[in-house]
Amino acid sequence: MHPLVEGFMYPNEVELQWSILIVLYPFITGLVAGAFILASLERVFKVEAVKPTYRLALLTALAFLIVAPLPLQLHLGHPERSFEMYLTPHRSSAMAMFGFVYLWYLMVVLLLEIWLDYRADIVRLAQTKQGPVGWLYKLMTLGSFNVSEGSRALDDRVGWIVTIIGIPSAFLLHGYVGFIFGSVKANPWWSTPLMPIVFLFSAMVSGIAAVLLLYMAIMKLKQRPIDMRCLDTIAKYLFYAFVIDFSLEMLDLIHRIYEADESFRALDFMVHTRLFVSQVVVQIYLGTLVPLVLLAATQVLRMRENVRRAIYAGAGLLTLIGIFTMRWNVVIGGQLFSKSFLGYTTYKVEFATREGLLPALVLMVLPFVILWVLLKLLPAWPEEEAA
Amino acid sequence: MTMNRRELLAQGGKLLVLTSAAAAGLESMRVGATPRPDAPKEAQHWWGMIIDIEKCIGCGNCVRACANENDVPDGYFRTWVERYHVEGWDAEHPQVDSPNGAKEGFPPHPERTGKNFFVPKLCNHCTDSPCVQVCPVGATFDSPDGVVLVDKSYCLGCRYCVQACPYGCRYIHPQTNTVDKCSLCYHRISKGLTTACCEACPTGARQLADLKDPKDPVHEYLRTHSVQVLKPHMATGSKTFYNGLDGAVR
Repeated sequence: MHPLVEGFMYPNEVELQWSILIVLYPFITGLVAGAFILASLERVFKVEAVKPTYRLALLTALAFLIVAPLPLQLHLGHPERSFEMYLTPHRSSAMAMFGFVYLWYLMVVLLLEIWLDYRADIVRLAQTKQGPVGWLYKLMTLGSFNVSEGSRALDDRVGWIVTIIGIPSAFLLHGYVGFIFGSVKANPWWSTPLMPIVFLFSAMVSGIAAVLLLYMAIMKLKQRPIDMRCLDTIAKYLFYAFVIDFSLEMLDLIHRIYEADESFRALDFMVHTRLFVSQVVVQIYLGTLVPLVLLAATQVLRMRENVRRAIYAGAGLLTLIGIFTMRWNVVIGGQLFSKSFLGYTTYKVEFATREGLLPALVLMVLPFVILWVLLKLLPAWPEEEAA
Repeated sequence: MTMNRRELLAQGGKLLVLTSAAAAGLESMRVGATPRPDAPKEAQHWWGMIIDIEKCIGCGNCVRACANENDVPDGYFRTWVERYHVEGWDAEHPQVDSPNGAKEGFPPHPERTGKNFFVPKLCNHCTDSPCVQVCPVGATFDSPDGVVLVDKSYCLGCRYCVQACPYGCRYIHPQTNTVDKCSLCYHRISKGLTTACCEACPTGARQLADLKDPKDPVHEYLRTHSVQVLKPHMATGSKTFYNGLDGAVR
């Protein structure tokens, strides 16, 4: 018997097909969708308190969206053929259609919204900066230097419409990632109509947590005061989204346990053995219940500012770990058991290989580098910077 | 719109060139679409397979023949044989093994009690294949005569189809980095031969079946036997029919 296998697996199943890179893909797309939805809170739902993070959230979404296709690209057996998905898409394939959802979201929603929001700043910078940086800004104006009040009002109006389109698009983007997994009827660990909606809410949770942490970290680095009203509001929305996300996941779990269909025993055994640490300990206890309790405490108890900040930082970090392990448990967990329900295989993460830990780490650092560049080019807090 | 003579000639010339090019293109497409006289009459067949579990002796001839015929790399399988051991009424907990896909057959089974039998497996060439459905570029496709094939010059190697197949029939070929699976020996059957596995089977446990050919013995077989497909609840329209399939088989 194969050393990694316990029980019986179909012989072609021993090798895992989707690696840690495919874990990163829903994690990163989730951060994009979540960050965008946080940004839209201010823009569409007029939650003024989160204004200090509006631009940061948009740029975070963009930085992660640029990186989102890279793990997929790296994972393909023939990356050079990936463009065929756009040229000759197979219309019944969820994966093929995701390419278009991605492009729509990048080009029509995110880039357009950021450009409209930043247009006045870009024009100002294009007129003041010299040399290559100045040329770059001139290029970014797309030839439009009109920043009259009328044109700004138009920008605002169009930007608002784009955000209105953007919200369902963000839902679509991540709901669709959920559908890619949820529609695989051969795999009972994935195949549930709840998958898109669980993915969506966990995306919101992770995106909000990421922007919250980034905001705190950047303010700390810049040695500027944190807007506590903003932070409290973000934490409140994080808590709400998390409650819904957790309820949905528990609903799925309870449903599976109660229904106990043909796959249940195999999956239950997997959760109690190979997935116990990542699913029960890290995802459910450490990554969900602990941050939920912490966030709930900040909602009901009166606490000093520095205590709240510490709790938000801790809860945010645990939340991100929890959502990452959730992606891990979905993607990797879904491949550890045999479709015969009679055996289990093992996933060993390699290090410096094409689909190993090293490229995964690089891909996780890359969005932060991109965000740093974006923040240099497009200051998120220009009025404070000027002061 | 006004146009002088020079413009008219230029435009007309362009149109003429374009239309003749289009006509030539159309002509070549039309000619291309005409079947060659020696081309197989694909749509006249609807291929499937009959597997008689009662006849399978687990010798592994089919696995070896398939690997030789199709250059299947070691450790991967276009076809394999599973051995089931079911104790008493406990069909929910069968003991199953398939050492190296049964390429070298099976060692003697330690259990003397209960029920033992062999189940050859291969691509089910489903009518509503989940693998065809999910392929992002259509590199996995249905041939007109009902065989699920892979165009390895087009496959991205995304592995979505491997995940989508309920039967574990697909693998990524380590040399080509594209997906690979049973082609029902398409290169053979389209020349009127049978598949390598059917030819190598000493007991006739595997039979290629043309479900469209009224003269094919498959129709008589289906009429007189209780046949079943694997995982019927998956509703994939499997065309690999099993005679004597035990409820314990997954």
